[in-house]
Amino acid sequence: MEAITVHRGTTIPLMNNNIDTDQIIPKQFLKNILKVGYGQHLFNDWRYQDGGTPDPSFILNDAERRQATILITGDNFGCGSSREHAAWALKDWGFKIIIAGGYSDIFFMNCTKNGLLPIILPQAARNQLAKLAPDQEITIDLPKQKVINGTISYSFDIDPTWKEKFINGTDDIDVTLQYEPQISAFEQKIPNFG
Amino acid sequence: MGKTLFDKVWEKHVITGQAGEPQLIYVDLHLVHEVTSPQAFEGLRENQRQVRRPERTFATMDHNVPTKDIFNIKDQISKKQIETLEKNCQEFGIRLAKMGTADQGIVHVIGPQLGLTQPGQVIVCGDSHTATHGAFGSIAFGIGTSEVEHVLATQTIWQMKPKTMGIHLHGQLQPGVAAKDIIMALIAQHGVNFGVGYAVEFYGDTLQQLSMENRMTICNMAIEGGAKMGMMKPDQTTFDYLKDRKYTPRNFAAAVDYWKQFYTDDPSDYDQIIDFDVSQLAPYISWGTNPAMAIPITATLPKSSDKNFERAYHYMDLKPGIKATEIPIQWIFIGSCTNGRLEDIKEAAKVIKGHHISPHVTAWIVPGSRTVKNEAEKLGLDKIFKDAGCEWRDPGCSACLAMNPDKIPAGIHCASTTNRNFEGRQGKDARTHLASPAMVAAAAIYGHFVDIRQKEAI
Ligand code: SF4
Repeated sequence: MEAITVHRGTTIPLMNNNIDTDQIIPKQFLKNILKVGYGQHLFNDWRYQDGGTPDPSFILNDAERRQATILITGDNFGCGSSREHAAWALKDWGFKIIIAGGYSDIFFMNCTKNGLLPIILPQAARNQLAKLAPDQEITIDLPKQKVINGTISYSFDIDPTWKEKFINGTDDIDVTLQYEPQISAFEQKIPNFG
Repeated sequence: MGKTLFDKVWEKHVITGQAGEPQLIYVDLHLVHEVTSPQAFEGLRENQRQVRRPERTFATMDHNVPTKDIFNIKDQISKKQIETLEKNCQEFGIRLAKMGTADQGIVHVIGPQLGLTQPGQVIVCGDSHTATHGAFGSIAFGIGTSEVEHVLATQTIWQMKPKTMGIHLHGQLQPGVAAKDIIMALIAQHGVNFGVGYAVEFYGDTLQQLSMENRMTICNMAIEGGAKMGMMKPDQTTFDYLKDRKYTPRNFAAAVDYWKQFYTDDPSDYDQIIDFDVSQLAPYISWGTNPAMAIPITATLPKSSDKNFERAYHYMDLKPGIKATEIPIQWIFIGSCTNGRLEDIKEAAKVIKGHHISPHVTAWIVPGSRTVKNEAEKLGLDKIFKDAGCEWRDPGCSACLAMNPDKIPAGIHCASTTNRNFEGRQGKDARTHLASPAMVAAAAIYGHFVDIRQKEAI
């Protein structure tokens, strides 16, 4: 997994609450057996008009924001279906950081597996960040747990384990396999009723 | 201080780690389907890893499969996904319920049906409605594809212990009011994220009146209230359901003895409690684009209070103030892991029997598994539906999420026994109205919702 420590980038605000994974990546794109290539379909139903032309009023189609790496959004982001394709699509499009009011549990976990940093900030802070101009950069300092916008900075909480994982870009399975003796010992004790 | 059902099951599965930090949890049962697994198997291959416990893994095909002419998959990408699952199961030695076999069906229908789902287990699946299995007193939750890969490789998963919430269900349901109405009303009243961060347990005397099928419907939709899982204490109803199923333990009496330790010592052990009296509950229907946008059948559509409401009204082409019974219904769908079990199909058949559906309505009945289909046919239910003008199809997820050709056309209002009414869920611009099987069946007859508590309505 790609590591994240200090990241500097521009933003895209999409302030609706309860954006579900069906909106992030509609199900017709889940049939693929690969992990890449979903970025072009990110927010597909909002992004394209009937017939497939990009809807100019949708912010992801704003050419000035094409380089954005930070998504600013509402509460309960990524609710609904467990599809990891939602995290893959955000990543594939170019996002590295999400700043929301909260996340569904499964989506949060999917982010931690894919080097997509899910930050929680209160609404007032997000409303300020949502006003940033397309070319205005902000800094995410993960070791210091701060989102820095010029002279203003907002602190955020993150569990120390996830923090370390992001900073080191650790592969989970390798970590777990170090516990092989404990797992085997555990398996010996599982009751078996035939 | 005592322990909750959740605590007891959790403690039995911790391999390492302290509370308050991620803990390594053993997984007893891993259910797999074609959509969220290909990348996980690919990851195993890339790293030359094996499936640690193939015998604790079970796969089925459900999300993509056709429900008509099942061996003729026209969509080449769907076909590839299904073939990939077959290939992966063969390569890694995993049991697979193949298309056309009795065991094949929606992953959350077949787990319980086969007796794979058992009390006191930790069960995971790359699907959010894994919460369904919690009805048996197990910790069951959905995971993403990277976690699927992790579980395949290690039979474990890293988890933070959630807080616990008890939902006290008490009182007796009125005739015509279903388990589906309980969970829909709860979400309507407490919102789509009341359960975020919690393992939710339902408890109280109402549960004693409910069959396993009904209990599963409630746990299934706990996720729509944001909960990671829904659970219920195993009791005699649970044990009776599990007896003599294909994969239940052969030493059943000893297993039951073991399962009996899983219950909450005292409600004061929950971190939070919601009290819910079901005795005055009316059937619920959803009018909007998330499951909390739902009202009793006796109500009128609410005032538009914010942008989210406005957007929902626009999408659904409805207006505040109209009666729930005035929403036009042009399509109905009976099926899914929420309400696609035999009992649900029976409930719907009871309402439909002797009627013909409205000429303005298209009706699809999609059993949750091949076994459900076979059993329903033995009871002659297929005939009741066909005589009434409904289509009787093959098992799968079908129009619950419309990944296969089963899509509700744009602009159409569909009364559906499923769990999600998100924009586009059942097809682009399709308008979903969630309700119980009996309510959906009655809507097919009338072309609009009716209050099925009023006998003359049916
Ligand atoms: S029936 Fe619907 S909710 Fe259930 S597993 Fe299939 S797609 Fe998901």
